[in-house]
Amino acid sequence: MSTLIYTESSLTPADAAYRHVIPAGDFWMHEIKAGQVLRILDLEGNQAADTLFYAAADFRERYSAQDTIRENGGIYLTTGTKLYSNELNVLAEITADTCGRHDTLGGACSCEANTLRYGHGTRHMHSCRQSFLLGLMTWPGSTFDLNKRDIPANINFFMNVPVTPEGGLQFADGVSSPGKYVEMTARMDIVALISNCPQLNNPCNGWNPTPVEVLIWNP
Amino acid sequence: MPLLTPPAPSGTSFTTPRPTGPVPQPAPIPADRLLVEETIPGGSAVSFVVRRHTTLRLTALEAGANISFLCFNRAEPVDRYNMADTLKGQHTSKLTTGCMLYSDMARALFSITGDTLGWHDPLGGHDTAAHVEKKWGKKNYQTARNDWHRNSHDHFLIELSKHGLNARDLVPNINFFSKLSTDSDGRLSFVPNHSKAGDHLDLRAELDVLVILTTCHHPMDTRLAYGPAPIRLQLYRTDPPSATDYCRTYRPENERALYNSELFSL
Repeated sequence: MSTLIYTESSLTPADAAYRHVIPAGDFWMHEIKAGQVLRILDLEGNQAADTLFYAAADFRERYSAQDTIRENGGIYLTTGTKLYSNELNVLAEITADTCGRHDTLGGACSCEANTLRYGHGTRHMHSCRQSFLLGLMTWPGSTFDLNKRDIPANINFFMNVPVTPEGGLQFADGVSSPGKYVEMTARMDIVALISNCPQLNNPCNGWNPTPVEVLIWNP
Repeated sequence: MPLLTPPAPSGTSFTTPRPTGPVPQPAPIPADRLLVEETIPGGSAVSFVVRRHTTLRLTALEAGANISFLCFNRAEPVDRYNMADTLKGQHTSKLTTGCMLYSDMARALFSITGDTLGWHDPLGGHDTAAHVEKKWGKKNYQTARNDWHRNSHDHFLIELSKHGLNARDLVPNINFFSKLSTDSDGRLSFVPNHSKAGDHLDLRAELDVLVILTTCHHPMDTRLAYGPAPIRLQLYRTDPPSATDYCRTYRPENERALYNSELFSL
């Protein structure tokens, strides 16, 4: 039986410097300074928050799923996990987690990938990578033209995607519930891009996409 | 040519069983179908195009080989191998016969039509100069000439640049011939000497595919001495996937990925 690691935060919402609710299917893109703490709060439970991080100084440096799992020695993200960039720098570190584990192998849904997974009838449904693209294309702080090349493999906060010793990959029941959260401390100036997943075709959102809240505390 | 129509959806199909029956084994390449063959020394890199319905055979020439591998839709390199779509679309964390390599526009780039090994690693990423120096020390060209210590990260950047691409295109890679095992807590460990000399796999291109590969060590390789293995590359002509093709029928998702490749090739 695998272990879930729960760590409460000492931070209180009343002290947060910033709060914002991301409706299901919407995106949120925001700079987080080194030392600031970002909390993602699963308001109603079973919601997937598909998340990318970039180095604010140069978006060519960004979150790397493969480097993160290899350098941490495991596929699940939880308290203590360092989120590595493609340059092997630590972008942020997970410092509290009441959910227990998060996925970084399952990636983000797209209109095109939906045709593979659910059939071509889903081609025109809303998807995470539409949100990522709109976020990248409209980010006012970018110094160069961001586009699809800038969408690497992402983190799926609150998603449970176990890998079996035989090499299988499962979409298991969520381990999240209303009020669960994950917190990370930025180790450099970063930009977070969250797609609050609109997926209606699999249980990652409990078949019902719901809002999440983001909170930021100053050091 | 008949009207191209999308394959039927298969519901949510989270637990669609794999095909039963024998797994196809790679056969000797007929002499009249072989187009080219080349030996790549360990620690090297190459990039080349594999035309649609041509097969790339990769053969380990020594035990413990590794090929770090990237691939792109040649016509639109912004459409490239996508680790997450490939794994979740086929409900797998390893690559072997039957699997396809999906692009991030949901097209089949390659089908793995044969494999003597049974497990190739899509998770571990690639080594960097820092990994190599930490494990085996630094050997530069000035002092070691062709015995210098090389790494996939630098190779990938160099080869990407030759095709007008750059670090933004350095997506998660595959490591052919390597295996990582995971325990029930998701902890990863490298399986030493997973491949033996002569192990090989066949990759049938379903579009014109740009391949970039290195023969550097896996980043979690535990051996005591630097010594990446040489590889043989062969390209040979193959037929388009039939209606009963093993890879096509391996998953309903694969049928739809092939349809998306067909659509792109009209």
